[in-house]
Amino acid sequence: MDDAIYLLAALLLPYAGALVATLLPSNARLLAWLAGGVALLTLGMVGLGFAAIEAGQLPRFEIAWAPELGLSLSLRMDGLAGLFALMVSGIGVLIVLYARYYMSPDDPIPRFFAFLLSFMGSMMGVVLSGNLIQLVFFWELTSLFSFLLIGYWQNVAAARNGARMALTVTAGGGLALFAGVLVLGHIVGSYELDAVLASGDAIRAHPLYVPALVLILLGAMTKSAQFPFHFWLPHAMAAPTPVSAYLHSATLVKAGIFLMTRLWPVLAGTDAWFDILCPVGLITLLLGAYVAIFQHDMKSLLAYSTISHLGLITLLLSLNSDLAMVAAVFHTVNHATFKASLFMAAGIIDHETGTRDIRRLSGLNESMPFTARLALVAAAAMAGVPLLNGFISKEMFFSEALDVATAPSLLHGILPVAATVASILAVTYSLRFIHGAFFGPPTADLPKKPHEPPQFMRVPVEVLVFLCMVVGILPSATIGPLLDIAVRAVLGDATPRYSLAVWHGFNLPLAMSLIALAGGVVLYRLLYRHLNAGLEGTPLLGFLDGRRAFEQVMVFLSWRFARALERRVATDRLQIQLMLLVCTALLAGTLALLPHGLAPGNVAMTTADPVVAIIWAVGGGCALAAAYQAKYHRLAALILLGCTGLATCLTFIWFSAPDLALTQILVEIVTTVLLLLGLRWMPRRIETAGSGAPVARLRRLRDFVIAAAAGLGLTAISYAMMTRVSPDGISREFLNRAYKEGGGTNVVNVILVDFRGFDTMGEITVLGVVALTVFALLRRFRPAPESIGVPDQQQGDAKDWLLVPSVTMRLLFPVIIAVSIYLLLRGHDQPGGGFIAGLMLAIGILVQYMAGGTRWVEDHLRVLPLRWMGFGLLLAVGTGAAAILFQRNFLTSYFAYADLGPLGKLPLASAVIFDLGVFALVFGATVLILIVLAHQSVRSQRAAPPPPLVEPRREPAIAGED
Amino acid sequence: MELILAIAIGLLASSGVWLLMRPRTFQLIIGLSLLSYAVNLFIFSMGRFPIGAPPILGPGGQGDPASFADPLPQSLVLTAIVISFATTALFLVVMLAARGLTGGDHVDGRPRR
Repeated sequence: MDDAIYLLAALLLPYAGALVATLLPSNARLLAWLAGGVALLTLGMVGLGFAAIEAGQLPRFEIAWAPELGLSLSLRMDGLAGLFALMVSGIGVLIVLYARYYMSPDDPIPRFFAFLLSFMGSMMGVVLSGNLIQLVFFWELTSLFSFLLIGYWQNVAAARNGARMALTVTAGGGLALFAGVLVLGHIVGSYELDAVLASGDAIRAHPLYVPALVLILLGAMTKSAQFPFHFWLPHAMAAPTPVSAYLHSATLVKAGIFLMTRLWPVLAGTDAWFDILCPVGLITLLLGAYVAIFQHDMKSLLAYSTISHLGLITLLLSLNSDLAMVAAVFHTVNHATFKASLFMAAGIIDHETGTRDIRRLSGLNESMPFTARLALVAAAAMAGVPLLNGFISKEMFFSEALDVATAPSLLHGILPVAATVASILAVTYSLRFIHGAFFGPPTADLPKKPHEPPQFMRVPVEVLVFLCMVVGILPSATIGPLLDIAVRAVLGDATPRYSLAVWHGFNLPLAMSLIALAGGVVLYRLLYRHLNAGLEGTPLLGFLDGRRAFEQVMVFLSWRFARALERRVATDRLQIQLMLLVCTALLAGTLALLPHGLAPGNVAMTTADPVVAIIWAVGGGCALAAAYQAKYHRLAALILLGCTGLATCLTFIWFSAPDLALTQILVEIVTTVLLLLGLRWMPRRIETAGSGAPVARLRRLRDFVIAAAAGLGLTAISYAMMTRVSPDGISREFLNRAYKEGGGTNVVNVILVDFRGFDTMGEITVLGVVALTVFALLRRFRPAPESIGVPDQQQGDAKDWLLVPSVTMRLLFPVIIAVSIYLLLRGHDQPGGGFIAGLMLAIGILVQYMAGGTRWVEDHLRVLPLRWMGFGLLLAVGTGAAAILFQRNFLTSYFAYADLGPLGKLPLASAVIFDLGVFALVFGATVLILIVLAHQSVRSQRAAPPPPLVEPRREPAIAGED
Repeated sequence: MELILAIAIGLLASSGVWLLMRPRTFQLIIGLSLLSYAVNLFIFSMGRFPIGAPPILGPGGQGDPASFADPLPQSLVLTAIVISFATTALFLVVMLAARGLTGGDHVDGRPRR
């Protein structure tokens, strides 16, 4: 089948469930039903995939994502992916059920299930990805969600630290993996898994094989907690137990194993593969098992045992033998079942007794006999006791170790011994787990009185333990077909014959098993006294402290090194940063200009008009003067700035841009008023004699040179550009189509509201956001104490101040409104439009403020700027969306002209409605900015002791809004 | 004409850049405004200097497209004017808030070390 949509469902269902979970109330039962349902559905999807595989198909699903770049979302499920997807979703169901009873109602439960489901989705993404880059993406997502899950109890320092450590190690490894995958893709020429899997020989023969291998293995080893990256896993035990049970049995740590298995056909089979992985796996196997014995915390014991088993699987994969590959996959499944059940059992004990410390626990067999039996069976499976699943995969391991031991190298030779030693240790820590907690005299010294957990909390453990037994007794009838499908997906036709029987007769592996069992019991007896002495730390290996090394590295990287680097190359001073920016721009401009030179262009200059020259003599002079005065004479600088603005505005008129000139002059007015309103809050600055220290003078000289260079450069570029023929752009098209397709004769306006309507919509959104930000910032405005008082100009009786102008201004209000509407309506055909009309109307309001004062206007006029803005934005978006109703693209416009007889023709383009939205938003935003600023003067006087002349009055609502 | 405009752009730009590198917030606002004039004029001058030819078609869309001023730079600059207004307003309010919080008007929120 080529379009297996259920694969997409298996990937997306968990994420969808997570989204829903965040919206639900904190109700464990409801959330567990949701999460369990989602996990079950996902499991069902995986089941569909298996059905397809059974039928001889390879289910895959692809959606083109960025086809130009050859990127697509690609999912595929072969046997191996299916097996892992089965573990992820199947154990996921059990974990949800378990967590339902484990989590306390005081915990934020929606968050827990949302993270858990998201993590499940990410794992599905890893195993089902048909593209390597996509795989890495989901790989990093698993790191991220495991971080969130491990740190779920955010108020616990250990959880935060453990989560951070796990994230740093696994996500760091993920980066290495990404690099490795890029190299691999470079070798193959494609990132599609099928292509990669088909070119194993080319990859192994390529000179970049070893770098790719090392990088990819770094990713796998960090994820699967292989020595020397194993240290994060025990610290991740600060997570809630369902999380540990999920992450460290079937999912997170198995992602590394999955990756190595997935790429086994193309990466394995070389000496480099063996030389890297075999020592790593061997050390991890032995170290984990040895350290596990000396852990007092049940979860820590299980964590180290997990490390050890992961080492075992890695070791099997490293052996470059097909049979060992089979054993690795088989042991992966077995480990997932017994380790998940053991974690859950440890969680039950913690939940019902209040402690996980083996030294304190004793004799729980009496108070919780059923849990004790379950844990006993699971631990026996971990130890490799016959008739349980762990035994069979361990036998396979032994026989593989014996097989390769005939090879000449020392590493090969010691494998059988190492395997036996590791098994002895495994038996010892399994015994410790069981004997320490469940046997011995019952103890009363526990935080809680122990009893059996709720019935359904045990169900997941029962299911898993049942699986351990069934697989252990009838392997070929139960796990056989599944394993066969999975292994065939890796090895293809080269799949060797293997036997999944419990009994292979009396042979060397069986003898090794027996030695291990006996040796483990003996070792436990020998260590019994030492273990019960309650000492912390691991004998002989106490110096190996991964966490300390990790922290030292982190402190160096993120503190000392970063600080030193920052001191050397960074600055938090704005002036320096801006100077660097300007210099960089200068440099870039110069470099771009150099190859072309600055020779005069190919167009004759137009004759200079003396009026323009005079305008710019004034305008340029004003600019220079503004620059000179801006420090000590702010008002003067502001006036000079306005002059320059006027010069710009005149230039626009002169050179045929009426719309621009209108906009410029209105913006000029509004900006000037804004800045005037701001002036009074600035600190007083008194000019001091002299020009400061020599250093300051030197600095100014430097800035002057830079500024002069920038100005000269821009002059040169402008001149060069203006004296050359401009390339034929799209402007002519706009002119040609403005009337035919946009229904307007004012081409600038048609471009704004029609051809480039989407840009305009973005722009008005920005304007709205700015206005809201201004509003928000000023709501909590605290002026400096020295500027709170009433300014000199307002002291005393100012009643008749500006009497004539204010009457005129009031009279002008309706005129301004009328002109504004006129400008709006004619905007599509003549200069005008939404921007201009909106600004005009805002100025109308502004003038009223100037005429009557803030209080008077706020008492008499209620402008609701927020509603205007909302209305405008809705109208603009709505007009655009209406086009969709007519099966057109977003913002496609429609137009007609209504003949109003003697009144002339009224343009009825839908773009005009869009322009109305622009108008409303521009008006609302501008007014909002202006009146929140103007309102500050009223507020601050209230904060200051009231001046005697002002009688107390009703406080007007801020900006007319609630 | 080209030279006048080019020099004007240069003057505005250098005044703006000079002010950008000054230590007081108000200087920065004035500098940004000057710089935006310069940039707007620069973009505008891409349309060259047609006189008496605003890009407004005759009734019914008549007229030779070659005889009108280039509408594209004009609409770009119109957008730029409105956005620079928004930026100035935002910056002004940030400046006021910083003034209230730090008690001064230095761009770094405190006098130089």
